[in-house]
Amino acid sequence: MAGIHVKTTINGDAVEFICQPEETLLDVLRNRLGLTGAKEGCGTGDCGACSVMVDDRLTCSCLVLGAEAEGRSVETVEGMARGSELHPLQRLFIEHAALQCGVCTPGVLIAARALLEKNPNPSEEEIRFGLAGNLCRCTGYDKIVRAVQAAAQEMRGA
Amino acid sequence: MGLVMAGGTDLLVKMKSGLVEPDLIVDIKRIKPLHEVKKTASGISIGAALCNAALGENAMLRKAWPGVVEGATLIGSKQVQGRCTMAGNLCNASPAGDAVPALVAAGAKAVIQGPKGKRKLAIRDVPAGPGRTTLKKGEIITAIELPKREPRSADAYLRFIPRTEMDIAVVSAAVNLTLDAKGVIKKAAVALGAVAPTVLDVPAAARALIGTKLDDAALDRLAEAARAACRPIDDKRGTAAFRIQVAGVLAQRAARTAYARAGGK
Repeated sequence: MAGIHVKTTINGDAVEFICQPEETLLDVLRNRLGLTGAKEGCGTGDCGACSVMVDDRLTCSCLVLGAEAEGRSVETVEGMARGSELHPLQRLFIEHAALQCGVCTPGVLIAARALLEKNPNPSEEEIRFGLAGNLCRCTGYDKIVRAVQAAAQEMRGA
Repeated sequence: MGLVMAGGTDLLVKMKSGLVEPDLIVDIKRIKPLHEVKKTASGISIGAALCNAALGENAMLRKAWPGVVEGATLIGSKQVQGRCTMAGNLCNASPAGDAVPALVAAGAKAVIQGPKGKRKLAIRDVPAGPGRTTLKKGEIITAIELPKREPRSADAYLRFIPRTEMDIAVVSAAVNLTLDAKGVIKKAAVALGAVAPTVLDVPAAARALIGTKLDDAALDRLAEAARAACRPIDDKRGTAAFRIQVAGVLAQRAARTAYARAGGK
């Protein structure tokens, strides 16, 4: 089948690609654009490892077709750092050892940033609910929650 | 086969597993009016492509229909909420769909557009069985219409799941109430999910509440009528006996919440 030509914006840059109609945004990001931050965990929207922002909404990129990116703005974990300066969440995830194998981490970071943009001062319960769509099989979540709390505090300037 | 995609949270999973192989996908999210929430002469109209995250951010809806909003926003994770829609949940036609019971209890209608024009159908009549709807070939849902709210009205939705988040209802219940000035229930509707092939509208349970101030006797009759209506199956999420028991409990709790929200004491 003929591919679909898509013009989109990814992490602020204009990007064009050709994809198959049934190809997911996750596969486009990873296999066509070399943006391998988003991971395929389950492929069915349960694990959150593929989390990205599409037009400022947190979504699983495995549940979005590549063709749907036409004219939209996509943000991935690759766009979080400013040059060599890590986003506070990224830096504090390292400081708090909030990751082990790291497969869930890009999705957790994107979801945590989305949470803090809506709620700069979340309670522990709000953090846990906000990240309930991101499964982590290593950390037991505790260090993730602490890292997000520390980042929230720093980002509030407190 | 051509298929309509709103959020795609069910469709893409079905495509991945090979359950459906559409020749054409029509993405209705590109149709602007299908994202609108607007007040109409008959109530509130919600576009079929509006994602549930946006629905939950709508203060007017949260105030008028808290039960409808809590049902819709219980579906999936924040990630799924950014995509999934109430109309999609309805058309997926799972007996356990969280968006459906509160819409049934609300007396909501689906606005359906097809080759022969537009028609409206009560939400309760949209599902035909697990995974099947009564929509005809070529028909799509374009909006969901909630009726006008009378004063002292409120609704509530509750589900039982073994976790606290990210799960599928084992049993669920929605209750919608309108009180008179003295706090007596003058109108009621009760809907149950995951206890039959489709979401059930249970008028006998509603009748148990009308004319009462939700006293213990009324709550007992409510639970009894709710349980009597259940026709559940045993499956990995729960036994039929458990579902019947919990349906009565959830109906009572949802009724208490709806009653308090409507201003009853």
